Amino acid sequence: MGHYILRRVLQMIPVFFGATLLIFLMVYSLPGDPIAAMFGDKAADPATVANLKHQYYLDQPLWKQYLHYMNNILHLDFGTSFTGRPVSEIMKDAFPVTIRLALVAFFFEIVIGLPLGLIAGLKRGSIADTLVLLITLIVISIPVFVLGYIAQTVFAINLGWVTATVQDSRDITQLILPGLVLASLSLAYVARLTRTSIGENLRADYMRTAVAKGLPRRTVIGRHLLRNSLIPVVTFLGTDLGALMGGAIVTEGIFNIAGVGNVLYRAINQKEGPTVVGIVTVLVIVYLVASLVVDLLYAVLDPRIRYA
Amino acid sequence: MPACTRVRWAVVSATSVALMATGCGGGGGSGSGPSDASKTFTYQSSEPQNPLQPANANETGGGRIVQNLFKGLADYDPSNGKLRMQAADKIDSSDAQTYNVTLKSGWTFHDGTAVTAKSFVDAWNWAANTKNNQINSSWFADIQGYSDVHPSSGNPTTDTMSGLTVQDDTHFTIKLNNKVSYFPYKLGYVAFSPLPEGFYKDPAGYGQKPVGNGPYQFVSWDHNSQVVTKTFANYQGVDKPKNGGVVFKMYTTAEAAYADLQSNNLDVMDQVPPSALANYKNDLGDRAIDAPQGAIQNVGFTLYQPDWQGADKAKVRQGLSMAIDRNTITKTVLQGSRAPASAWVAEGVEGYKAGTCGDFCTYNVDKAKQLIQEGGGVPGNSLKITYNADGGHKEWVDAVCNSIRQATGVNCAGDPKTDFKTARAAITGHQINGMFRTGWVQDYPLNANFLADVYRTGAASNDTGYSSPEFDKLASEADQAASIQDTATGYQKAEEQLANDMPAIPLWYYRTNSGYSTKVQNVAFDSFGNPAWTQVEVKS
Repeated sequence: MGHYILRRVLQMIPVFFGATLLIFLMVYSLPGDPIAAMFGDKAADPATVANLKHQYYLDQPLWKQYLHYMNNILHLDFGTSFTGRPVSEIMKDAFPVTIRLALVAFFFEIVIGLPLGLIAGLKRGSIADTLVLLITLIVISIPVFVLGYIAQTVFAINLGWVTATVQDSRDITQLILPGLVLASLSLAYVARLTRTSIGENLRADYMRTAVAKGLPRRTVIGRHLLRNSLIPVVTFLGTDLGALMGGAIVTEGIFNIAGVGNVLYRAINQKEGPTVVGIVTVLVIVYLVASLVVDLLYAVLDPRIRYA
Repeated sequence: MPACTRVRWAVVSATSVALMATGCGGGGGSGSGPSDASKTFTYQSSEPQNPLQPANANETGGGRIVQNLFKGLADYDPSNGKLRMQAADKIDSSDAQTYNVTLKSGWTFHDGTAVTAKSFVDAWNWAANTKNNQINSSWFADIQGYSDVHPSSGNPTTDTMSGLTVQDDTHFTIKLNNKVSYFPYKLGYVAFSPLPEGFYKDPAGYGQKPVGNGPYQFVSWDHNSQVVTKTFANYQGVDKPKNGGVVFKMYTTAEAAYADLQSNNLDVMDQVPPSALANYKNDLGDRAIDAPQGAIQNVGFTLYQPDWQGADKAKVRQGLSMAIDRNTITKTVLQGSRAPASAWVAEGVEGYKAGTCGDFCTYNVDKAKQLIQEGGGVPGNSLKITYNADGGHKEWVDAVCNSIRQATGVNCAGDPKTDFKTARAAITGHQINGMFRTGWVQDYPLNANFLADVYRTGAASNDTGYSSPEFDKLASEADQAASIQDTATGYQKAEEQLANDMPAIPLWYYRTNSGYSTKVQNVAFDSFGNPAWTQVEVKS
């Protein structure tokens, strides 16, 4: 087990370098000059542009810029944004907000998605099953921004139950509505995945054995059925947590949440290299760690899986 | 409110005038009432892109915050756009080249130190210096000695501009390179703000936590979330705040801000989102705002390309201008958010004269065809309008092209560039041939700003490459006029020359489409598209 983890962590190193290089190249190959764009419709003053380019290391050839950037990162210096704020500070502000939002969404996925899938899977063909299938189909087919605006109009503007946007991103109760919207799509997938998985396992040999042994129904479902059926769901949830962290740009925009998606969107628009590369690098690491944790969880859920 | 919203949806789908008329005017309890001068109000803003230093704030997000934290020698009266004295008691000159500034006494910075002549001179010297990388440093280019602190390349040879001399605490003189009769108008720009002594010790840290001398003082900057200010008790300006402070709330989308406004979580909006333009007057009733702005939208020609040179081509350009149905496009495609232009200077600006463009800005199919033919036709009988795809311009560019195509048979198509910076690079790099989207937002509400900065030979923002000896001559004559009035009249003459040459086609003037919540009153917008901050009253 220890060896396995070590090997996986070592594998992360080339992935980390490859990912940062790719992102770096992509950001810097974006068209347009970010420094000249700071001057807006007015003509850029050449002396100031030259100076600013020098300050942000943009006057060097690309490979030198990359080496300079990587060297700084190894010293845990993520550079500074055009506002003069260290990127590490920007991330320190944005990540907790997004983590909170992702956890709220994640919570709904499990608390709503799993039971829905369980009910539908156990009672296949029943009204409850059909209803779950219908609801999840609707949710999957509606784009998240439509869902977001509808939720905002209905719950905030019409009913007045919540504020239209998040007034304080640190307040978790305000994140419930955006969290639900963000969770909706994955929630539907979780429900459907659980339903299919349970449906399949209900017919498995070990289930027949467990029932024949005369075990109580609760034990049969809880210990045998659910535990075996959760393996594909856990895989999905694990990768989804990574996606929730970086992919909430639309939801964060609608509800005006000062999270990673928001900051990333603004930084890409301004072609603010250090901020984009820094945030995406961290997201890559989050994704790698999440998938490692998922793999380890397999072993917990299914004793037949052994890592060496 | 729910009933209102239902009507709103109906209007969206049916676009029925009857429904609009029966829609809920009034918007709910917006009558005037007693106000509480200690309460703050929130304003829709965006995260500043640069540190909050006066000469570094050229974008709206940082600009409007800095404007409230600092006050220079003069500013512009929000009600009529005229120059009014603030920290200066008077600014006078006998020759339009040397200006004597007398300061009022009693002004202090938020940290209690006095605002003196030195506070201004040092701040300007610092801001103009190449080493300090201030985006608005070119604003000081009129002042003698600017090229010493800001050479076009290399390091500055000195730290001070020879044109600035401190006489005593309340007097200093400004010597300019040339005669600029309207220089005091420039002094209203925020780049000319004073800075306290403490600034120079740590300019970067100061940019995160500014100390100014304006009506509001800085409290906190919660990045990507809000900037909080409060009223400065010792503010000496003529516009004493009637509220307790402004909280600038950061929004990435105008839609989110509009949703907040409707549910009273935001007090004053900057600009309603395009999706709400059709109904915002219905939604907000008498809390809706529709005010003129000192900004104009043009399409410029690439006069530097051989295709567009020669006297005949001016006729082609005039013909194209007449082929654009401004009235219909502003009403339909732009939903009344713009007003048709009849000159190169925006409405409401000092020196604005309606109709300078004359018949050339009036839709006339026959005349358009005739002029284009007389001028030898459009090269290749096809045109492209280059624009940035991220600015919501596609709809009107397509409409302008349709109008030209239908009226004259010239093939016209939009040429979208990914984003603003890509489009700017193509335009300033002279990589295009045809027409391009351009525009001008006033730096100060005087017609000279719309003309000298854009159409004078070699002007920094002369993107068309227009060069007319007549225009240049009239412009420099106007620069040497004895009063602002004469300057404005002089520039009106220069503007007439543009009608003959048509380097850019004026399309329409911008308008401020905004609104406010039921919690505030007395909200009025100036020609910069900003509310009269200090005059906003918060209901008690």
